[in-house]
Amino acid sequence: MVLTAAELEALLLSLKIALVAVLSALPLAILVARLLARRDFPGKLVVDGIVHLPLVLPPVVIGYLLLITFGSRAPLGAWLLEHFGLRFVFHWTGAALAAAVVSFPFQVRAIRLAMEAIDPGLEEAAETLGVGPLERFRRITLPLAFPGILAGAMTAFAASLGEFGAIITFVSNVPGETRTLPLAIYSALQTPGGEGLAARLAGLSILLALAGLFASELAARRLRRWTSA
Amino acid sequence: MSLAIELRHRRGTFTLDLRTELNGHGVTAIFGPSGSGKTTLLHAVAGLLRPDQGHVRFEERVLFDAGTGTWVPARARRFACVFQDARLFPHLSVRQNLLFGTGRRRSPLTKQAFQELLALLGIETLLPRAPNSLSGGERQRVAIGRALLSDPDLLLLDEPLSALDPARRREVLGCLEALRDSRGIPMLYVSHQRDEVARIADRVLLLEAGRCVAEGAVGELLTRLDLASRFGGAPESVILAEVIDHDDAWGLTTLHWAGGPLQVARCDAAPGTRVRVALRAEDLLIALAPPEAISAANCFPARIVELMEAEGPWMDLRLSCAAVHLVARITRRSCARLDLQAGQEVFGVVKTATLLS
Repeated sequence: MVLTAAELEALLLSLKIALVAVLSALPLAILVARLLARRDFPGKLVVDGIVHLPLVLPPVVIGYLLLITFGSRAPLGAWLLEHFGLRFVFHWTGAALAAAVVSFPFQVRAIRLAMEAIDPGLEEAAETLGVGPLERFRRITLPLAFPGILAGAMTAFAASLGEFGAIITFVSNVPGETRTLPLAIYSALQTPGGEGLAARLAGLSILLALAGLFASELAARRLRRWTSA
Repeated sequence: MSLAIELRHRRGTFTLDLRTELNGHGVTAIFGPSGSGKTTLLHAVAGLLRPDQGHVRFEERVLFDAGTGTWVPARARRFACVFQDARLFPHLSVRQNLLFGTGRRRSPLTKQAFQELLALLGIETLLPRAPNSLSGGERQRVAIGRALLSDPDLLLLDEPLSALDPARRREVLGCLEALRDSRGIPMLYVSHQRDEVARIADRVLLLEAGRCVAEGAVGELLTRLDLASRFGGAPESVILAEVIDHDDAWGLTTLHWAGGPLQVARCDAAPGTRVRVALRAEDLLIALAPPEAISAANCFPARIVELMEAEGPWMDLRLSCAAVHLVARITRRSCARLDLQAGQEVFGVVKTATLLS
């Protein structure tokens, strides 16, 4: 199957947005997961609720909230634009931000589960061997939670690839900038005679999803071998 | 070593309330039934638990003082722990586990010191293995090695043998004995097994319901008739002796202890080595005069210090032989027949076959 320029553009843009969304949210996801897995603090329930909110909110509402927070005329959005040149609206970075917010709960959940499964006694043992908290995190927690981190990142990547509502509400449907695969399919269906293109793009989405599944299964197998070696 | 502890810690209905000062090198056993506060005490020393009140001082250093709010976290205490469940890091090889805590060593680890410790623990061949491929005994020996390689000032052991079957227990206990005898590192050893304490400990701290009931040298405490029920099972004496020579023709070894020579089955220890011999109370015979024409080869003079009736037909005797205390369990009938009294001079008779060294 040879792709047209427009199809290739939508595919590469989707991959770029999903990748940036997952990688930029990952450090925060690890931090939040760690906090929820190992600490008890006042307001933990609230933090837990906010983290999971994108799972239950309509994506359009998320897009709207992003718009009134990060829009060029919204205070935070204006400040970021002025001081860092960070522009979100009508821009692919906005699409990545929307995808990151929507897929954030998937990352946190998987990483948190993996961290909760780690025996706290191992950290105690490391502590009595003279190893401080940061180094314990790096040498014990991170490697042991790695399968969970990988699983969370993969699920979040898939969710980011499929995100539609939040992206179209926040950054609109700009070809070459914010028109990811789902948006391109939607646009093709809105265009008279676009059914063929929609079908090809849908096929592409299916192939991409299958490739993702295979990749995650392969990674899981390798990890199983690693942990049971 | 000097470790001064004064603690009060409450959790629910349980209160740990004790005050003690542990001095000298060697192994101090913290003995008591489950729920007596042994592990809580050990964790407070390790810095894994912050007590409500009191203080902990090691040598001149204050590690915890509720009054001034001083708190040194576990990682800065230079005490290494060996836990019941080994707690090896599953994602690291045995070698990586062993080297995990070497970052805090005062002097760099030499290859020779590393190899010596591996040999002592018998784990030379395990280095590339993953922890979950090891047997329980191997795991515990690696955990002991990991703790020692971090160069601790004090080794804390929390029932390190309780998760092992009898064969593995002997194997790890042997390692700990070798360690005690070859290195000067002081140890706090939590246990609720009397035989472990008899073999490994120099001093014993006896806990019950969060309080210290008794404290003293192992040979002293294990032979106290009033404490016998607390240690569980029949009382037993611990004889510290030195290897004199081996008699290969007869397969025997002669030891020397405070009560004179002692003949035991041939052992491997070289002459001059200090060994422990455990003597069960049931195996010590009492005679009014040195018996002649008897198969038992060991006879020594002793004085009866105390008599106490035990459950069943038994009478427990505490004897003193040149400041070493021993216990004997005989029938009340024999006691009456020989008319044994406190203060009386008698002779202890022991068969070689009953001595375990």
